[in-house]
Amino acid sequence: MSEERISVAEPAQAGSKPRASWHNLKGKNVLIWLLLVAGACVMLFPLYWMFATAIRPRQELFGGEFRLFPSELVWSNFSEAWGKLPFALFYLNSILIAVIAVVATVFINLLAGYTFAKYDFPGRNVLFLLLISTLMIPIQVIMVPEFLIVSALGWVNTYAGVIAPRAAEAFGIFMVRQFMVSIPDELIEAARLDGAGEFKIFWRVILPLSWPVVAVLTIFTFMWRWNDFAWPLVVLQDQAAYTVPLGLNLMKGQFFTDWTGIMSMSLVSILPMLVVFIFFQRYFIQGIASTGIK
Amino acid sequence: MSVKQSTEPATRDRRPGGNRGSWWGRNQKRLVPYLFIAPNMIVFTVFVFVPILFAFYISFNEWSLIGTPQFIGLGNYVEMLGDGQFWRAFYNTLVYTVGTVPGSIALGLLVAVGLNRKLPGLALLRSLFFVPVIISLVAVALIASWMFNDNYGVINAALEALGFEGVPWLSSPVWAMPSLIITTLWIRIGFCMVIYLAALQSIPVELYQAAQVDGATAWRQFRHITWPLLGPTTFLLLILNVIYSLHVFDLIYVMTGGGPGSSTSVLVQYIYQMAFQESQMGYASAVGVVLYLMLLVFTVFQWRMTRQGENV
Repeated sequence: MSEERISVAEPAQAGSKPRASWHNLKGKNVLIWLLLVAGACVMLFPLYWMFATAIRPRQELFGGEFRLFPSELVWSNFSEAWGKLPFALFYLNSILIAVIAVVATVFINLLAGYTFAKYDFPGRNVLFLLLISTLMIPIQVIMVPEFLIVSALGWVNTYAGVIAPRAAEAFGIFMVRQFMVSIPDELIEAARLDGAGEFKIFWRVILPLSWPVVAVLTIFTFMWRWNDFAWPLVVLQDQAAYTVPLGLNLMKGQFFTDWTGIMSMSLVSILPMLVVFIFFQRYFIQGIASTGIK
Repeated sequence: MSVKQSTEPATRDRRPGGNRGSWWGRNQKRLVPYLFIAPNMIVFTVFVFVPILFAFYISFNEWSLIGTPQFIGLGNYVEMLGDGQFWRAFYNTLVYTVGTVPGSIALGLLVAVGLNRKLPGLALLRSLFFVPVIISLVAVALIASWMFNDNYGVINAALEALGFEGVPWLSSPVWAMPSLIITTLWIRIGFCMVIYLAALQSIPVELYQAAQVDGATAWRQFRHITWPLLGPTTFLLLILNVIYSLHVFDLIYVMTGGGPGSSTSVLVQYIYQMAFQESQMGYASAVGVVLYLMLLVFTVFQWRMTRQGENV
């Protein structure tokens, strides 16, 4: 009886949510709404200020007079800053690293997560526990031995040195496993009876059912690799191998007072993430809400 | 059978044995899981497990990258006890953690409770609170550095417009840490909010309806329904936030570089400095081991608590 009631109540609740609207804006809700809007403005302000600084005439930065809005839009600020350091190269490095890392990370973690979910083999639980125990150990903590290994492999200043150490994500395996456990075993058994090989089952049967988890893993891996700073800082010592965040940091050191240039390049550096976020918001929110990892 | 072989040519060819096909055929069922986890396990072994063990090993040595490591037993750890810089970084890490964690969680909860109501523009508001989470910490640090700039920053301009005196945010040892904490709140509120919001939406509405029938005020509903049911979520967020704060690096490295003086130097940054600027690999590893053990304690807590959540 009670189960029935809950199952009826939930769709109704979910269904009414998108229609939440101006009708509810009365009484106490007005105050709460205004506070939330004000809070959102505070959250948004730093991003606006970055844009406003990047686009306004340089002299307005140090004029001593506070102006919320730029007096004119100086688009040439962007091209000027872009040329001061080899940002095209940094961008290329960042894009290649992020894309290769996404392909490698998503593939090997899907395969491993699937195996931990759907195969029974000696040592499975011990290995899984071992992987999960590293879930919260950030690379910053073991960066010294990690660097020694990368340099012994001759991978300093290479993409491989940035990508490989972080290709296996405990978080990825964990998430994939949780998702795939709920795929019915009967599907796999049926494919086996049809004579499909094990890899073919994974590729043709399991993957097409796993798009949500693939999307979350792809988006998060992209975000992590795109935003990475500490590890590339250690591995990439040659300026020609720098990624965008390293270039930005360099800019702060070199042109300390050129806030116009720094803000314009910061803006350019976050644009890809903003675009990805606008299109795939729900995957970000779903990924964080379901696993608690950012 | 033939299908199996054609889809697995690479793995089959690597197998030893005279008649590969039949050997593979006989052992496939046993081997496939190991082959599937192999890429992952290799990367994990080389880049996670070995470094962890290696870190312990080097931490008992003195090594400057040149020459061979010299075994000095607990020498590095003993040195750490008397190292003022280490304790400064340790203390700053704790101050940063205490300064960031409760605020992030409290504000995240506040926003989540507000956004859990049926209000206009909900999706947009949610996104706006969340956006800082996806931005690189380097960009965040640069934006914050500019906003907190002593002379030309917008924050001091606003304070002065309101009749207050400007604060020497990043150039004073007293104010540099608060600047970092405020910046961190900006990023973490959205993160906590999303997790709280997911938890809030799983609370059955009947509970509130029943409470309303009984005439409970909004505060009492929050106090007796929402807050207790959010317990596991709050605990999860506490652990996650502590872990994130303990290994902070990017933000501080770019914003203050640990300064002024060493007023904002933290453990990871101290490791970086020792290893890559002063080439003291052994000592840096020892500091890493200490931080690793601190994180491990929290990870075990977090993991056990996640497991509990699954069992329920």
